[in-house]
Amino acid sequence: MISPSQVEAMIKAGLPDAQVQVQDLTGGGDHYQVTVISSQFEGKGLVQQHQLVYGAVRQAMSSEAIHALSLKTYTPQTWQSSRQTV
Amino acid sequence: MTPELQERINNLVNQNKIVVFMKGNRLMPQCGFSNNVVQILNMLAVPYETVDVLDDYEIRQGIKEYSSWPTIPQVYINGQFVGGSDILIELYQKGELQQMVEVALAS
Repeated sequence: MISPSQVEAMIKAGLPDAQVQVQDLTGGGDHYQVTVISSQFEGKGLVQQHQLVYGAVRQAMSSEAIHALSLKTYTPQTWQSSRQTV
Repeated sequence: MTPELQERINNLVNQNKIVVFMKGNRLMPQCGFSNNVVQILNMLAVPYETVDVLDDYEIRQGIKEYSSWPTIPQVYINGQFVGGSDILIELYQKGELQQMVEVALAS
């Protein structure tokens, strides 16, 4: 089991400029929904963006400490435009 | 990964226009994320192949390394890794998945 703040810290260690929101979906500390906003995603496809986040939490995922990670990734620009439409 | 396993995955990915590596099968998905992907592809009413990773430990581990992607399900369209459940949902909502699938099936 991993706490939401540990998940956030792992992602920030890999993507230092990232803004991270972590939601524990089940309360069990192993199913997380995470939103990450980082300028490092610019110019990259969704697969590469998610791979950057997975890279930061690799250890926790391969040990199955995190069973499921639902990801939403945004660049600062796409984050702005997504907020204007909701 | 052994060359034999790599070859097996190569064949699965290249011999099917759309292939889903998932837990369970399209009638009985064994995981909510795999079910999401099946439901989306069913809505698009396109033909697709599935590989049940619960039936094949080699593929279950191998596909993660092959795609540099730590989770199941994984979707390949026209030999290209497209993503897992989150990305499929996002592409579907943006209308991009429909286009990708049409292009793949027409090729």
